[in-house]
Amino acid sequence: MKNASIGSYILRRLLQTVPVILGVVIVNFLLLQLAPGDLATVIAGEAGGATPEYIAELRARFGQDQPLYVQLLNYMGNLLTFDLGYSFRQSAPVLDLLLDRLGPTLLLMGATLVVSLSLGIVLGLLAALWVKTWKDHLISVTAVLLYATPLFWVGLMLVLIFAVKLDWFPTSGMEDVVAFHEGWDRVWDIAHHMVLPTVTLSVFYLALYARLMRASMLEQRGLDYVTTAKAKGLTDAQITRRHVFRNALLPVVTMAGVQTGSLLGGSVVVEAVFAWPGLGQLAYQSLFARDYNLLLGIFFLSAILVVVVNLLVDILYVILDPRIRLG
Amino acid sequence: MSDPVLDIRDLHVALPAWSDRRHAVKGVSLQVNPREILCIVGESGSGKSIMGKSIMGLLPAPHVHADRGQILFEGRDLLTLGADQMRAIRGGRIAMIFQEPMTALNPLMPVGRQIDEVLEVHTELDGSARTARVRALIEDVHLPDPDRMMRSYPHQLSGGQRQRIVIAMALALEPALIIADEPTTALDVTTQAQILHLIKELQRKHGTSVLFITHDFGVVAEIADRVAVMRQGEVVEEGPADDVLVRPQHAYTQALVAAVPGLNPRGRPAEVAPPLLEIRNLVRTYRASGGLFSRGGREVKAVQSVSLSIPKGSSLALVGESGSGKTTMAKCVIGLERPDSGDILLDGQPMTGISRAQMRAFRRDVQMVFQDPFASLNPRQKVGEIIAMGPVIWGTPRPQAMAEARELLHLVGLQPEAADRYPHEFSGGQRQRIGIARALAVKPKLVVADEPVSALDVSVQKQVLELLDDLRRQFGLSMLFITHDLRVAATVCEEIAILQRGVIVEQGSTAEIFANPQHAYTRSLLDAVPGRDWISGLPAAE
Repeated sequence: MKNASIGSYILRRLLQTVPVILGVVIVNFLLLQLAPGDLATVIAGEAGGATPEYIAELRARFGQDQPLYVQLLNYMGNLLTFDLGYSFRQSAPVLDLLLDRLGPTLLLMGATLVVSLSLGIVLGLLAALWVKTWKDHLISVTAVLLYATPLFWVGLMLVLIFAVKLDWFPTSGMEDVVAFHEGWDRVWDIAHHMVLPTVTLSVFYLALYARLMRASMLEQRGLDYVTTAKAKGLTDAQITRRHVFRNALLPVVTMAGVQTGSLLGGSVVVEAVFAWPGLGQLAYQSLFARDYNLLLGIFFLSAILVVVVNLLVDILYVILDPRIRLG
Repeated sequence: MSDPVLDIRDLHVALPAWSDRRHAVKGVSLQVNPREILCIVGESGSGKSIMGKSIMGLLPAPHVHADRGQILFEGRDLLTLGADQMRAIRGGRIAMIFQEPMTALNPLMPVGRQIDEVLEVHTELDGSARTARVRALIEDVHLPDPDRMMRSYPHQLSGGQRQRIVIAMALALEPALIIADEPTTALDVTTQAQILHLIKELQRKHGTSVLFITHDFGVVAEIADRVAVMRQGEVVEEGPADDVLVRPQHAYTQALVAAVPGLNPRGRPAEVAPPLLEIRNLVRTYRASGGLFSRGGREVKAVQSVSLSIPKGSSLALVGESGSGKTTMAKCVIGLERPDSGDILLDGQPMTGISRAQMRAFRRDVQMVFQDPFASLNPRQKVGEIIAMGPVIWGTPRPQAMAEARELLHLVGLQPEAADRYPHEFSGGQRQRIGIARALAVKPKLVVADEPVSALDVSVQKQVLELLDDLRRQFGLSMLFITHDLRVAATVCEEIAILQRGVIVEQGSTAEIFANPQHAYTRSLLDAVPGRDWISGLPAAE
């Protein structure tokens, strides 16, 4: 019964994302209009100055001489055909640029999600099992420290120690472009490059999930159904494995879903620090180049990404918790 | 006479150093004989639950532990057994039934699997043999459609059904002893009657001994072979149920028995006063909206066309089980909920279909006493402030309001100095008195009392009910008294309305309804009152 309706549930959820994404597009479009300067002034500035006539001509070429609502309608009309516009700065269609950068960002996000969730859950679980011993204190204090440390600082320190001093990992980039690795060599090379950025981006979330998992485990362990399980004669290990763990996991999964959005935000910093060729870095560059078409495209793609991840988390939730009704 | 199944000798259970007393259980000696139901009765803090837990080895160690005495079971002292030996006994030889069926089961595991776990841990049976046994157990506790039931999750079952699952779990290995800790307290009366019947039936069928922990003498009268009365960690009286219930020896037992609300209905006042509150065709439906793109959410008809009236100075009990719509009614009357249709008139003035500003005038006339005395008082406010706040809002000068608050505290039987203390310094019964003083502070015409005594011990319950009665006479109050307990309704109210699934099925004077119930549901409610025969045999109070 549940499986039959899950398809229509997904369809309905996908329909619900349409207004969300439309809203994101409109709000971002209007927000960017508020930012001072535009592409024309930047290009003129880089050329060392230009006549007002030339700047006006540039604006006309970019379509920026039109009234605001016409620009917005044009943009949204183009979106319907997945035409995200043209980046005059990079001299390439925005869609091509985005697709080029999407892979590295997804790779980094996915790796971070896997590392932070799995390690966070394991550490939280262990801390809860060892509650109020020195092992628990060690995990908890470390988690608080990691939680409080700024991301860019972690990144810089890791680069300083593991890349510069010890020379274990490369300082930046996603692969050794001049080496022209192929096949498994390339996979290995990328994985090698990925270690530091992933660790940097993971520590905060790892600490967050570890703390949450520990608290959640301790809370669940005090509940009545655990007493029932004890009264059945189950061992502590059986109680933790069969009863407590899955119940304790639910809040962590919820939090992971909520945090995906901020994970994208964090990846902007990390990609900048490690010169990771992802969306974050592209966003950073296009912002300073006043490449608004490209920036809007990135926002659009990010919104889709967050919405899709949230949908996946909700579906996972339905599988984990039989109480959630697909209503 | 054969050897006792369980022999508790001089048991002491120590509490942690920071608690208000040294021992929760002080020198208790008890025996549970084969095939008998021993009821342990006591109020909160008597140590009855702690004793049950210490038998199972479920005390929250290391802070709470048994520091003296023996618990002999099948020739061994349970207090000296190691963790593994104790685990083999738990669930295998001694099983436990808990108070809260809503939380006693793992919400993420099908109930069949949860019963199956007991077999898996304690027996060598293979999967199919276990499944067959689980099905047999579910049939044993009279649950319908065992195959579907096994695959159900706890949230798909009602409270009574869940408690049957817990009982099935306890019976799985035919234990020698079952400890039932208030197993029916959280259930509706009719469900309670069914579960008590089931426990008794299964106990006879399997020849199990039962240690039944309860606070309710009515339940004791239903089920007990022998009774032990506990107070502050000690057994004050012990004996066959008939003796203890009918001829209690110890003064404490006598007081407890006297505090049990009787089934003696109140008389109706001679002259009939004009109505203060009138409710006409009240309807309230809850709709669960299905979100942006779905049409037609689920509908719950909480109250369906209810009409009733309360004369001035009179009191009406709205009796119903959970989900009957009684709390929704209360919320409509005090204006926290807006009815979908129908009229509520107070003193002839309509309270429905008016603006928020107009509604404000009624706030003062209708006050509420809440069910949970622990959650209904602001913990950061002093008692005096809590009581004086209403009058101050309505324009009474602060010093005068505080003086009145002290008077009210005196009136509800507390020291006027209580005004300078915080709610957490008071017991449940005292807090309920504060709640009543708060409601009276603005001099209302109508008090809506939503289960005001159901969270209290029997002896405290009796005092609070008497207080409400006194105050009603003194202030000439009318009262809408909401309860699930017919015994309480009979003691307090002249009139009763029986509510079932949002519809009033019977309404009339308390005496008439008790003498001659017309509706089948009223009869089943009356039959379900625990210890009914025993209570009617008690000498009438007053």
